[in-house]
Amino acid sequence: MTELFMLSALGLMLSLFLGLLRVLLGPGIGDRMLATQLIGTSGVGMLLLFNEVFNQPALLDVALLLALLAAVAAAAFTGQQKTHHD
Amino acid sequence: MINILSSILILAGVFFYLAGSIGLLRLPDLYSRLHALTKADNLGLGLLIAGVALQSQDLLIMLKLLLVWLSVLAASATSAHLIARQARRQETGS
Amino acid sequence: MNSAGLIVFDALLLLSIVGLAWASLATTDVRRSIILFMALGLVLAVAWGRLLAPDVALAEAAIGAGLSGALLLAAAHGQPSPLPPESTNAPRNHGAAGMGMVLRWAITLLCAALAGTLVWALLHAFSNPQHDMLPRAISANLAASGVSNPVTAVLLNFRAYDTLLELAVLLTAVLGTFALGQATPGYRPAGLVFDGLVRWLVPVLILTAGYLLWAGAHAPGGAFQAGATLAAAGVVLRLAGRTRIGLPVGFMLRMIMAAGVGVFLLVGLTLLLLGRPFLGYPPAWAGSLILMIETAAMFSIAATLLLAFLGGQPESTDVNAVANRQREEDPRC
Repeated sequence: MTELFMLSALGLMLSLFLGLLRVLLGPGIGDRMLATQLIGTSGVGMLLLFNEVFNQPALLDVALLLALLAAVAAAAFTGQQKTHHD
Repeated sequence: MINILSSILILAGVFFYLAGSIGLLRLPDLYSRLHALTKADNLGLGLLIAGVALQSQDLLIMLKLLLVWLSVLAASATSAHLIARQARRQETGS
Repeated sequence: MNSAGLIVFDALLLLSIVGLAWASLATTDVRRSIILFMALGLVLAVAWGRLLAPDVALAEAAIGAGLSGALLLAAAHGQPSPLPPESTNAPRNHGAAGMGMVLRWAITLLCAALAGTLVWALLHAFSNPQHDMLPRAISANLAASGVSNPVTAVLLNFRAYDTLLELAVLLTAVLGTFALGQATPGYRPAGLVFDGLVRWLVPVLILTAGYLLWAGAHAPGGAFQAGATLAAAGVVLRLAGRTRIGLPVGFMLRMIMAAGVGVFLLVGLTLLLLGRPFLGYPPAWAGSLILMIETAAMFSIAATLLLAFLGGQPESTDVNAVANRQREEDPRC
């Protein structure tokens, strides 16, 4: 099973890497936000797999925190406007 | 038996991750990329978590895994909405 | 296969960290730079997880990947928009261009020197046959520390001085934030979708903060991670346009800001009065004392981070005052 977990982690790393290209290419803020979202989700997946490979249950908490905070960043970047414009 | 099932679920999850990220890279505009990304977030992570959950005997860990998936589901749906709305606003120039 | 897979994985991870760090520094657009920095935080959290350092990974996930994006963006919001890249790059005269060149080389050399020193220090530490002396000393004394997580034992017991001074630094930082005057105005009320997320995300964040604080005694976690998570709950509330974000006002706020340092000092001084060394907890009491200090520290850290996000003293949550200000801004109503 460990080999399969490792292979899957590699697959997720590849997915993170492709997302990285989109973050660097852009072109819009929205595209970059989307790609950051993908990087976060890939990271969550990798942490879950590491939790099994290395038997470190604390990595589950890290994954949970990443998942919970994923929305905070997106909300900070989009749509939310200050009460008055200058 | 459980190992085989769990392997199939995890590999399927990784497949959706890769499909989603290739879509994010290859599709022509923001709205179609949004569509590709949600596959990785929802299905990819969901299948992966189902596979990992089968491996653990602890109910508490299973519940935590479920919470991780639900958080990502809600966060990705909300931010997809926010990103699309912002892009639409910029297009219409309001 | 297993080790070869790990090597490929690590190489890709390393490549993405360096690439993101370079890209976030190289771009001239502030918002783009912040997004790249956040992506870097996410990858770093994964890297700490890969290095089996979940304590650091938790802190990086809470602060680097979650909060810092919102903090930096709030800070960038008040800045004047930067000049277009052509005008900043174009040298005004040859003298300025020469100076820029010299400065650039000087900074490059300084960075290279710093990196060289770090590599040397690391090599030196690992070639030293006694480099595992400290970990062994910690595990030998862990039983007397009151907690079973070695990281918490070091932070709150063996080197409690360090943590006390760190909290004092945070207190100084929050005083600086207060000196900026009134906070920037809040956000518009969020739409239905985001509001729906806020309704369950905030309670889950608060619950997670409590869990991390409690888990800190026996597993990765602790006051810093819990405080950052609690602050994230406040940030979400503010982004959603709520006027009440969980921060008290006036005297209570000041008490919470100073609670971390205050409780820490109180414990230390009481121990002195009882004839023990400063912050030398009696082993029987150590566990509860550490939990008490950590709880106070969590609230202080959360308040500090949230005030940094506000960028000043919080505006009054008094309904009449808010209504009056809105009337002044908009003469139609």
